[in-house]
Amino acid sequence: MWKTVARHLLSRAPLPRTADPAVVKSLRERVGASRLGRSLAIRHVPAGSCNACELELRATQNLVHDLTQYGLSFTPSPRHADILLVTGVSGRNMREALLQARAAMPEPVLVVAVGDCAVDGGVFKGSPAISGGTDSVLPVDLMISGCPPSPAQIVQGLLSLIEANEFPARAVTPRR
Amino acid sequence: MILLSHEDWLAHRGRFIALWTDARHAYALYEPGELVAVELVDGAYPALPHAGAGWFQRLARDLNGHTATGATDTRPAIEHSREADGRGPWPDFKSPELEGVHQVAVGPVHAGIIEPGHFRFSVIGEKVLKLEARLGYAHKGTLGMIRGKSPRLAARFAARVSGDATVAHGTAFAHAAEAALRLEAPARAVYLRAVMAELERLANHTSDIGAIAGDAGFAFLDSRFALARERICAACAAAFGHRLMMDMVIPGGVAGDIATGGAAAILDALDALEAELPSLKRVFEDYASLQDRVVGTGIVPPSLAATYAAGGYAGRASGQTHDSRLLPGYPPYETFALYVPVEQEGDVAARIRIRLGEIPESIRLIRDMLHALPDTPIAIAPPIGSGDGLGVAESFRGPVWYWLRIESGAIADVFIADPSTLHWPLLEHAAATAILADFPLINKSINGSYSGVDL
Repeated sequence: MWKTVARHLLSRAPLPRTADPAVVKSLRERVGASRLGRSLAIRHVPAGSCNACELELRATQNLVHDLTQYGLSFTPSPRHADILLVTGVSGRNMREALLQARAAMPEPVLVVAVGDCAVDGGVFKGSPAISGGTDSVLPVDLMISGCPPSPAQIVQGLLSLIEANEFPARAVTPRR
Repeated sequence: MILLSHEDWLAHRGRFIALWTDARHAYALYEPGELVAVELVDGAYPALPHAGAGWFQRLARDLNGHTATGATDTRPAIEHSREADGRGPWPDFKSPELEGVHQVAVGPVHAGIIEPGHFRFSVIGEKVLKLEARLGYAHKGTLGMIRGKSPRLAARFAARVSGDATVAHGTAFAHAAEAALRLEAPARAVYLRAVMAELERLANHTSDIGAIAGDAGFAFLDSRFALARERICAACAAAFGHRLMMDMVIPGGVAGDIATGGAAAILDALDALEAELPSLKRVFEDYASLQDRVVGTGIVPPSLAATYAAGGYAGRASGQTHDSRLLPGYPPYETFALYVPVEQEGDVAARIRIRLGEIPESIRLIRDMLHALPDTPIAIAPPIGSGDGLGVAESFRGPVWYWLRIESGAIADVFIADPSTLHWPLLEHAAATAILADFPLINKSINGSYSGVDL
């Protein structure tokens, strides 16, 4: 076993990844620097997904995508979280829980919708059991599309939140 | 389908799989694909005595308003009766009437990155006396979305019933549509479906074994198995253009051929997993602190698994030999002499051992199938026809059944039975044999799909 551990410690080569400058610019303009710094804790709330987005979210933490190296980590409690990350359609049965999770978070909060269902309801758009995308329940700051988005796309999207926080491009304004 | 009288409906015996209703009939499905029906009288039908029927009867009332006469369990299944603002009443969770019992509420939002569901434990100290799961949080109206669509269009919804089993759901849906339209998928498509289904099985088995170890605080196995899944998903993306192979299976065939270099990417990922598996297995078996958490935890006795006709690893770890790839069986598995491991202990460790045993078998199947890929077209267009069809495919967690009625090319009615439906009651039983701290391990080892039952 120690041989295996040693081999893999030596062979790790993380891929350099950067955020999309256009997304960063737009985030700075719309959201402003939130003064949360470069270390952000994420609270994930599944609001009615098919569990594919959860699989890929978990995969962002594996040895290849290694989300933690960028200062991003998942937290079990909304009380410690900076980012509310929502997956899935906003089902009527999850509306209350989603709002309660949001209310339990300390301000400021960044809301991220991950996956086509969270963006606008995805293939389930128009179903009477759902209210639509995450923005039918909460104001959303960043959307990461894909069905499901790959871990690389999720990491890249979340990185833009860190980049946008890097330095204030303009005076901090109330967000909404 | 056989139409029965009320007496014969009640007297029918067999391994019960699913029950559902349409406008005129109630249907019951028994292994290995025996479909019986009874006529509804004033929107009611006689409740079946099978243990597994409870959830389906509650679901039929929530979805279609049909009541099971004589049913003892009349709680809603997925209906929460919520107002427009999302508020709604909590059900009355009952605890055993003993001194010192209190309730612990968990969910619908959980600590980890998993689906939503509410668990209400009745505990004395650490000991769990009773678990009641309240589901329905992931309800998306999938059945309603499928109705009125063509089989090709509706395949997108079948692929999103449970994302971790998207290939199996797509295949079962395609089997049902093909049976209804009397259509035969070309041989190459049949092989590619099976290759994708086995890749899906590998991806889920590796990631779940790692996650169980992770829940026991053993990070090494978690990271190594997560890496194995990542390699498989990357190979799937290279071969089929999607990491989970979503929307690849369509009625009449598959949506795309395997990419140039795709087979090589898959074989490389399999080699890497095969090379590392023996040492990971040894680590799992040798670490006393890990074995201490999984051996004897969350026991599902074989008699209970038989009562619920549990399939997949949850059934096979408790002495059930059923695998829908063998019985009723579907191509191309009859060509490859499938080996299905079975254990008797029924604890978390046995479920892990079953999955560890299925990994080499899936690796062998994928290699053999890629080697023998027939040279035919990959899809034929479904004709505009009418008919009823039943379809099955073995997902990593057990058999997925689809029932379709197609009228003039559009789906008039549909029912989806994910194996999780029969596994959730097993989880409720298994959790009540352990302490609260072991629940994450038990839950992960059975790994019921929330989305797959909430529909």
